[in-house]
Amino acid sequence: MSLNLEPTDLEMLDGRHGAACQFAMKLLVQYAQMLDAAKLISVVGAHIDGCLYHGQASLDFAERLVQLGGKVRVPTTLNVASLDRLHPDLYRGEKAIATQARALMDAYEALGCTATWTCAPYQLPNRPKLGEQIAWAESNAIVFANSVLGARTTRYGDFLDICAAITGRVPDVGLHQTANRRGQIVFSLEQVSPAWLEDSVLCTLLGFIVGKITGSSIPVLLGLPTGTSEDDLKALGATSASSGRVAMFHAVGITPEAPSLAAALQHQAAEQTIFISDTDLQEALNRLNTLAVGAKLTAISLGTPHFSLAEFARLVPLLTGLQCHSDLEFLVSTNRSTLAQLEENGWLQELNRFGVQIVVDTCTYITPILRQAGGAVMTNSGKWAHYAPANLGVTVAFGSLRDCVRSAVEGSVWRE
Amino acid sequence: MARIIHAKSLVAGIAQGTAQKLEPLSFWGGFDSRTGCITEPSHSGYGMCLSQKIVVMESGRGSSSSSSVLAEAIRLGTAPAAFLLLEVDTILATGALVAAELYQLECPMMVLTAQEWAQLETGMQLRLESGTVFIED
Repeated sequence: MSLNLEPTDLEMLDGRHGAACQFAMKLLVQYAQMLDAAKLISVVGAHIDGCLYHGQASLDFAERLVQLGGKVRVPTTLNVASLDRLHPDLYRGEKAIATQARALMDAYEALGCTATWTCAPYQLPNRPKLGEQIAWAESNAIVFANSVLGARTTRYGDFLDICAAITGRVPDVGLHQTANRRGQIVFSLEQVSPAWLEDSVLCTLLGFIVGKITGSSIPVLLGLPTGTSEDDLKALGATSASSGRVAMFHAVGITPEAPSLAAALQHQAAEQTIFISDTDLQEALNRLNTLAVGAKLTAISLGTPHFSLAEFARLVPLLTGLQCHSDLEFLVSTNRSTLAQLEENGWLQELNRFGVQIVVDTCTYITPILRQAGGAVMTNSGKWAHYAPANLGVTVAFGSLRDCVRSAVEGSVWRE
Repeated sequence: MARIIHAKSLVAGIAQGTAQKLEPLSFWGGFDSRTGCITEPSHSGYGMCLSQKIVVMESGRGSSSSSSVLAEAIRLGTAPAAFLLLEVDTILATGALVAAELYQLECPMMVLTAQEWAQLETGMQLRLESGTVFIED
């Protein structure tokens, strides 16, 4: 199949919309050809992951676009960066890298992106609507946008994300097209016991299992409790995109493109049906959790993806009358606007009193923030549990929010 | 005489090296661009150095930041010499395209059919040239 470009695409390619637009369109066209796309389509927004510093190449690319006069054409949000610019003292890495990381953040702002610095752009106002075409990067944001919002994005990565923002165009492939959003593998919870269905870490464990089994297919979850919250779906998506490559899932009766199993499957037969058992959930828990009850902890880390206001509303009451053990630090990552709300409603004071350190703009597993390198850390995030051991050399205890708070008080792993 | 496999080229270029079969790897979080080695403890190739190897892998996995990590590794000369994949992996391919654009350094990438991909074994001497893989005797 050959790629048919529209007149504006060709103008961009010819350089008539500026050198940066030409550079971006050239990369997009190569990408579209790789995917055998027939045409490009317009997007209404973009979310950029390229602002996290991964080395000189990150900066060379962004500064090239700035140099060429690049500006985004659609509203564009920015993912987490390597630094918390509100709390710069938290950064414990090399000074030279911090300088480069700051330059990278400046470059993306210079391109006209909004300084949101969050991996959960779906928690910001004006989030994309059902059916809207967008170009999002960041694996957890992609899966949330497709699954929970019903907006349409394929898995954009660094570099292409900003090319889409600068041109406002993407190849018409993958999850941008209705037919490719069909559920393929059904995961039934029919055999799961009520105790597990009520467990607050159910969705994280399901995400882990689903990611391991489905690869890049589209899973359909059948039988998730009706009280499943957006934060549960966030955990499910983020974990499945870490243990596997899930870019979209359906939850029957919960997500917008799955009012029924038949609708999720687009009225075709499921390719496979898998019955999840209590044993599967226990095994997933054992895989994520590598520390025994009573093991000493050096830190608690919450907020991967960024903690929502609703999650703070669950956390704050758990802290009442308690104090974090003096041997460990308690970090919660979130975005700046949620932090502003915490200041406004007085929760920040209570969080600080307990011993919580809020982290914004970045996340504790992608940049050196933890006080003790190679320590033992407890989290309620499947994504953090998946990536932190390799990134930070830590050992991880995984548990519910309640377990994390109680463990923080004890100074060691505690389980309900 | 060399056996020849024709493949779909994702990223153009010429390469030569030893094949290394890998289970899907997330370059971000699983690979250190400064050393060229696998850093994900749960990966079966943990600790292995991929520099100058021709990586034979179904596809990449995980975070969309892998593009940057690969581009940086190509810049530093620690990256694999090439990739032979079973599925189109746009995240890895983008990293290679950008490195070619910014630094004029090649890291070719091709997609093979399942049957041809399955013929490749770790240790084979391979040569890649414009959509063709030569398996040297």
